[in-house]
Amino acid sequence: MDSEKKDIREWYQTAFADFENSLNGGASLPFHAVRKKAIARFAELGFPSTRNEDWKYTNIAPLLKHQFQPVAEAPDIAAESLAPFLFKGLDADRLVFVNGVYNEALSSVSNLPDGVILDTLENAFTTHADTVTQALGKTVSYEEETFSALNTAFARTGVFLSVPAGVVLERPLYILHVSKTEGREFLAAPRNLFLFGDNSQARLVEGHYNLDGGTSFKNSVTEISVGADALVEHVRIQDESKDAFHFATTQVEQATGSNYTSVAIDLGGSLVRNNLNVHLAEERCEAHLIGFYFGSGRQLIDNHTMIDHAVPNCESNELYKGILDDRAHGVFNGKVMVRPDAQKTNAFQQNQAILLSDDAHIDSKPQLEIFADDVKCSHGATVGELDDESLFYLRARGIGEQEAHAMLRLAFARDIFNYIKIDAVRERLEELVVERFNNKA
Amino acid sequence: MSTENDTVKTPQKSDYDDKFGSAEQQETIEKLTQSDYKWGFTTDIETEVAPKGLNEDTIRFISAKKKEPEFLLEWRLKAFRYWQKMQEPHWPNVNYPPIDYQDAYYYAAPKPKKELKSMDEVDPQLRETFEKLGIPLDEQKRLAGVAVDAVMDSVSVATTFKKELAKHGIIFCSFSDAVQNHPDLIEKYLGSVVPYTDNFFAALNSAVFSDGSFCYIPKGVRCPMELSTYFRINAANTGQFERTLIVAEEGAYVSYLEGCTAPMRDENQLHAAVVEIIAHKDAEVKYSTVQNWYPGDKNGVGGIYNFVTKRGICLEENAKISWTQVETGSAITWKYPSVILKGDNSIGEFYSVALTNNYQQADTGTKMIHLGKNTRSTIISKGISAGKSQNSYRGLVRVSKNADNARNFSQCDSLLIGDKCGAHTFPYLEISNTTAKVEHEATTSKIGEDQIFYLNQRGIDTEDAIGMIVNGYCKEVFMELPMEFAVEARNLLAISLEGSVG
Repeated sequence: MDSEKKDIREWYQTAFADFENSLNGGASLPFHAVRKKAIARFAELGFPSTRNEDWKYTNIAPLLKHQFQPVAEAPDIAAESLAPFLFKGLDADRLVFVNGVYNEALSSVSNLPDGVILDTLENAFTTHADTVTQALGKTVSYEEETFSALNTAFARTGVFLSVPAGVVLERPLYILHVSKTEGREFLAAPRNLFLFGDNSQARLVEGHYNLDGGTSFKNSVTEISVGADALVEHVRIQDESKDAFHFATTQVEQATGSNYTSVAIDLGGSLVRNNLNVHLAEERCEAHLIGFYFGSGRQLIDNHTMIDHAVPNCESNELYKGILDDRAHGVFNGKVMVRPDAQKTNAFQQNQAILLSDDAHIDSKPQLEIFADDVKCSHGATVGELDDESLFYLRARGIGEQEAHAMLRLAFARDIFNYIKIDAVRERLEELVVERFNNKA
Repeated sequence: MSTENDTVKTPQKSDYDDKFGSAEQQETIEKLTQSDYKWGFTTDIETEVAPKGLNEDTIRFISAKKKEPEFLLEWRLKAFRYWQKMQEPHWPNVNYPPIDYQDAYYYAAPKPKKELKSMDEVDPQLRETFEKLGIPLDEQKRLAGVAVDAVMDSVSVATTFKKELAKHGIIFCSFSDAVQNHPDLIEKYLGSVVPYTDNFFAALNSAVFSDGSFCYIPKGVRCPMELSTYFRINAANTGQFERTLIVAEEGAYVSYLEGCTAPMRDENQLHAAVVEIIAHKDAEVKYSTVQNWYPGDKNGVGGIYNFVTKRGICLEENAKISWTQVETGSAITWKYPSVILKGDNSIGEFYSVALTNNYQQADTGTKMIHLGKNTRSTIISKGISAGKSQNSYRGLVRVSKNADNARNFSQCDSLLIGDKCGAHTFPYLEISNTTAKVEHEATTSKIGEDQIFYLNQRGIDTEDAIGMIVNGYCKEVFMELPMEFAVEARNLLAISLEGSVG
């Protein structure tokens, strides 16, 4: 095991050299020095074992059995093949990435309001060098965590969005990631940077899908800065192949009076780890972290969230729900930190899970760390099965067992979907989930 | 008189907004925070000590001193050798300077030691100590049937009510006596719930434990009285390693009480006890603790390190183990009284009040391991942090694959008094069975200004008001304590609160 870990670590170090050569001009940019430091740091950090508290329930051994190759060029895909992932009736600007590589032909961006910058990170390195250099890596450091280091080392592109103060993006931005492995086990390291100015408003929809099954390793890092009184809604849908490894770190920084909502839906992937960290850096912020996951087969879905109340008068609200079937394994670790002097904090956290099979397993760890006294904080966690009485009620009205089950599960999930304000996305998602339930029922 | 002068003289409400209602209340709190540990004193009794340091010779010395049978020495040595290979754990949410295990005495027995037939023969100075603690031994006899096995620095000095207990076939004696008189029982049960490989401090305890209590309730016997042991750390610089073993045979019932106070001193003392409980079919064991060891002074100097392993096992069906603890003392408390619910329909309970003040740190909670079918567990934990203290609840609820219809309800509340303290909750839920119903709730809040105001209005001063509110907050736990203990706990909380509110 240890030798395997070492081997695979060396593999990524070797892969880095190839990656460097494929960068062409990219290797001469200032960011490349950061990549080099990150790969060196990665070599020191190594991969975490389950003896590390943050990875106590998530064994990444399966990931270390593969040698994932960074991609430079993505296969061509037909525009029609994206159809299942486009939400019917959704009027949005769209950026499409295939295997982590930007595909301009499939993307469509309308006229954006003045001052808005929307580009790939790769372009932004040269066109907006100052802004990017200043902001990138400011909140997610490659120093501390293996997967952030690995992402920094292999970061080639991603989305760069800057919305100036006072601007409202009327149309949502849809970032669509599709994978097509064609038998090649590839590594993608999307790196996104979102900067929202004061009083701005935006809606982001992120989708992660797969076209041909197969094994891939996506390790993304997203940094989001929400300016004063800005309003940001962020929906993230992950429905990768059942053999995919999906690691995502999202770090949100909030300024005075801002409001950030994250709705994270996880349906696919064989090993999924989401780190969602929100730093409430200034007063009167509001953060809503909402999530739903449905695991079947041998999936492992791990959601780690951290809400850091650093100053007084902020509010956070967290609700994660999961359904686990077959041999699926769910992990929830939600930490709420209330720093000294962060008085008048309101923090609520709920985590609910339903197990459908005796081989399914949930590890839930809601944590409160509180250093201020005038606060209202609570958390709750429940694990159980579908309510017998509700089931009986439905059956008594002539509804078949399977259908009744599906109805109750949908009702359970709908609490989460209702947080999605974009109708087209919510409706499609409900359809999709019902389909999954019926396949499993 | 100008308005300007007025504002100088009258403190503004905003000054106290985040704390308590009025300036007067603030003062009361300030005053009370200064109060010292009331029960600090040392008894001057000559002790016979083992040489400082820890090695196989120390262990042989302890074992020889206690005339232990071969199997026990072997077991101690195995534990010691295992311990040497272990690393001291540092995962809990507490901070303390490194412990030098070689710079401590591992055995200290009070002198003189002779067979005592009645209370009169007990060393008068020793009896005085108990008087100060408010546990006059001679009164205990008359008091509602509480038998006291007083442990003074690891060796039992007096045992009462032995005859009454013997009539029922109950064995209640010091651990050393049990080793001499019932070696078969010791060999059978020692380490069966907490093996020496369990953790660093359990291994250390297994190697060097000095004494403790042993309790055996035979089949079908309901123990006619509450069994009680008072532990007391006395000789300076002596690590205290108690070992308690309670066995309840089929259909037996026992309520066991443990309470502690300790003298004031400057050097930190390590206390690494192990408590094991075995409950057979239909048996019930109720274990209550009031812990009030020296918590260190108000600057965080001194105080006991209380690193304890407590675990019970419901071995067969319908067994029940209930832990109740009131933790107000110790500089650092680090313990998780746990229940392994192995038998079908067995029940585990954990009721806890943990109060920390000044620089005290507590990382406490429970583990409920559901293995059998229809097993149930309840966790009620009330944490109160004041001063600059840190109070953590850490608990595990595990429902294994075959534990059909397991139920758990957990409630962990934290109360914060003052804005320099911390309250933390780390629950772990690991569920592998669809029929499990597990609920966890946690809340954190401070004492309501309106509640204090309400009581003030009715002529109750702030100090009493806070005591009342906190007692009300802990009521669910106190109700689980035996009557005599409940009274003591309430007093203890009030006394601790005197120094804690602020």
